[in-house]
Amino acid sequence: MEDERSFSDICGGRLALQRRYYSPSCREFCLSCPRLSLRSLTAVTCTVWLAAYGLFTLCENSMILSAAIFITLLGLLGYLHFVKIDQETLLIIDSLGIQMTSSYASGKESTTFIEMGKVKDVVINEAIYMQKVIYYLCILLKDPMEPHGISQVVPVFQVSTEQLSKVFSPKKICYLSPFSAFLLLLMFSRNVNSSCQDYLRTPDSYF
Amino acid sequence: MVLKAFFPTCCASADSGLLVGRWVPEQSSAVVLAVVHFPFIPLQVKELLAQVHQAGRVGLAVLGTWCHRRQEAEESLGHFLEGLGTIFSHEPWLQLCREQGSKLWSCKATRRQVPPCPGAPYEDQVMLVFYDQRKVLLSQLHPPAALPDCLAGDAAPSAGGLAAVFDTVARSEALFRSDRFDDGPVRLSHWQSDGVEASILAELAKRASGPVCVLLACLLSLVSAASACRLFKLWPLSFVWSKLSVCEQLRHRLEQLTLVFSTQKAENPTQLMRKANVLVSVLLDVALGLALLSWLRGKDRIGPLAEALVPVADHVAEELQHLLQWLMGAPAGLKMNRALDQVLGRFFLYHLHLWISYIHLMSPFIERILWHVGLSACLGLTVALSILSDIIALLTFHIYCFYVYGARLYCLKICGLSSLWRLFRGKKWNVLRQRVDSCSYDLDQLFIGTLLFTILVFLLPTTALYYLVFTLLRLLVVAVQGLMHLLVDLINSLPLYSLGLRLCRPYRLAAGVKFRVLEHEAGRPLRLLMQINPLPYGRVVHTYRLPSCGCHPTHPWGSLCRKLFFGELIYPWRQRGDKQA
Repeated sequence: MEDERSFSDICGGRLALQRRYYSPSCREFCLSCPRLSLRSLTAVTCTVWLAAYGLFTLCENSMILSAAIFITLLGLLGYLHFVKIDQETLLIIDSLGIQMTSSYASGKESTTFIEMGKVKDVVINEAIYMQKVIYYLCILLKDPMEPHGISQVVPVFQVSTEQLSKVFSPKKICYLSPFSAFLLLLMFSRNVNSSCQDYLRTPDSYF
Repeated sequence: MVLKAFFPTCCASADSGLLVGRWVPEQSSAVVLAVVHFPFIPLQVKELLAQVHQAGRVGLAVLGTWCHRRQEAEESLGHFLEGLGTIFSHEPWLQLCREQGSKLWSCKATRRQVPPCPGAPYEDQVMLVFYDQRKVLLSQLHPPAALPDCLAGDAAPSAGGLAAVFDTVARSEALFRSDRFDDGPVRLSHWQSDGVEASILAELAKRASGPVCVLLACLLSLVSAASACRLFKLWPLSFVWSKLSVCEQLRHRLEQLTLVFSTQKAENPTQLMRKANVLVSVLLDVALGLALLSWLRGKDRIGPLAEALVPVADHVAEELQHLLQWLMGAPAGLKMNRALDQVLGRFFLYHLHLWISYIHLMSPFIERILWHVGLSACLGLTVALSILSDIIALLTFHIYCFYVYGARLYCLKICGLSSLWRLFRGKKWNVLRQRVDSCSYDLDQLFIGTLLFTILVFLLPTTALYYLVFTLLRLLVVAVQGLMHLLVDLINSLPLYSLGLRLCRPYRLAAGVKFRVLEHEAGRPLRLLMQINPLPYGRVVHTYRLPSCGCHPTHPWGSLCRKLFFGELIYPWRQRGDKQA
């Protein structure tokens, strides 16, 4: 079963969230990020080439122009391959683990799989970014040395503030059990049955 | 918990039979290793499993049945398979079924006994995870799961999570030794059932490696015995050997080659990788060295190089002379103390003159020396670079001497100044208490002290300027040498075999796994494909990095600046002996 909704991220770009329900024990959430805009690409290329042309008129060396072309090409390839993320996918498999895949614009895919035995808890962290408060979902991993310690905090894709602020008061930091956290993700899904929806409508009583 | 059945992709098209593998109760997962085909005798199957258990210390069992329906009506086979559950009792009993040519599977896991918690179903929900048996067998997980000592008894080691799957497949190698052309009692289907994988080259290399290793180990032991001879431990020679970086590099290489050609087999995969990395690094080094040699000989470049060397040294000496003349005048408009200036300037000029004479004395021998140095490049590019670094050190020895003179003079001056400054303020350094205490001086002590202090203060700019100039020159030479040492270190420590393996066979070095959901139909069990997630290049280099010579600067910037300010001598390279001391 598939479902799609669109949101906006903190910079105003359009995000699309796709939910896939494979079986009661397996779900996939796919977040598509805004594409590379032609406007910004043209702006950067023009700036670099104008600067190179300016240097060329000063130095009268044509190597500068070739170098500028190479720099633009290599920079674009590097940006597409290492920086620009096209899509982020979260696959949750019951009793196996959680898999996070990031696909880059050049086609590269980087996957991380966290086994269920290593997951200590799932939390929502709030952070201050410029003048806004943003919320993001994190997975806490167990520390093999210390039974009560946390070895790593792994952020999953960032959830837009508008959605979360409808559910609970942004001032509280919400600490959820893994089941509730998955319910939070399922909250975006229309397949949640009515009892769960009632549960979510009264957040203050729960928290 | 959902029951996970790990099924090898090679058995997906196999005929019906029994599923053989390992059951991991903690994770509720069944790792299927092979399919036993009809006809079989149950006793022989149990014997085979016992053999594999003894060989690999992994507890295998018959997990269930596998049914691959070729025609529509094979109901009798279904009943027959169900009856097998009574012969090989296993909790839970897995029943996998597949229609011929379709992607639809059906799985059932039944429990005969009463389940531990009431309300739990007699049938568990099953999830199928397909894995490539060959890749999982050959791959190595990083970091490896901390397994308890395998020699301790019969207990099957319990690795956490998915590492258990890798571990199970790796330990069951004895199960995969027979293929379908063998006339064994039991007919199996697994990744090697179409023919055991082997390579003629690998077999020949294995046979040849024994005597070759023995021979080379003897040679290397002879060489190391010769180098440990007492003649080389006499004082002037031992001092020279410890200062030359060539000797360090040669010793390092000798150690590495001894490790590679030792007759002891590698105990674990890490040691094997290390040996392979060292061998590839040495081979690359020698190849680059031979390329350099051929380039030098090709257009007969040694002659012109040798001829150019003496004029270059002369030019450097001339530039130094100009510099000293400039310092003796009014450098950058600063007014120096004339007498001290003249003394220092003349001293250094005389030293320079001696040096130029020495170079001219050596000039007939330079070409021979360079020829032999070029020959040493066949031992490796790193050796050639080390020799070059040593030659630069020898040719700039006069700069080193000037730096030492300047630093010592400046250091003495600073010590004197600090102690007389304390006297000027009426204090002194208490050696017993290691602190500054007040002290009452006599009048004549104060008078002479203040006088000396004034003299030293006014002579400070001159000494400081000489010190600054020669320290900068010395740092320049050190930087050039440092670059060469960095390159040598890079060739020494880069794990090329591991990087090549990561490039060509990425499944061998695994950071983890990744899953892909296969075509799914409602009502059917979930099917996943487990693939190996290779290790990123940065982690490969970090994990398999070879230990380098250890000759690189270990000063943090703060202490370096402090030493420079107080005129303490800087020794940029800590030799191995110093580190242990």
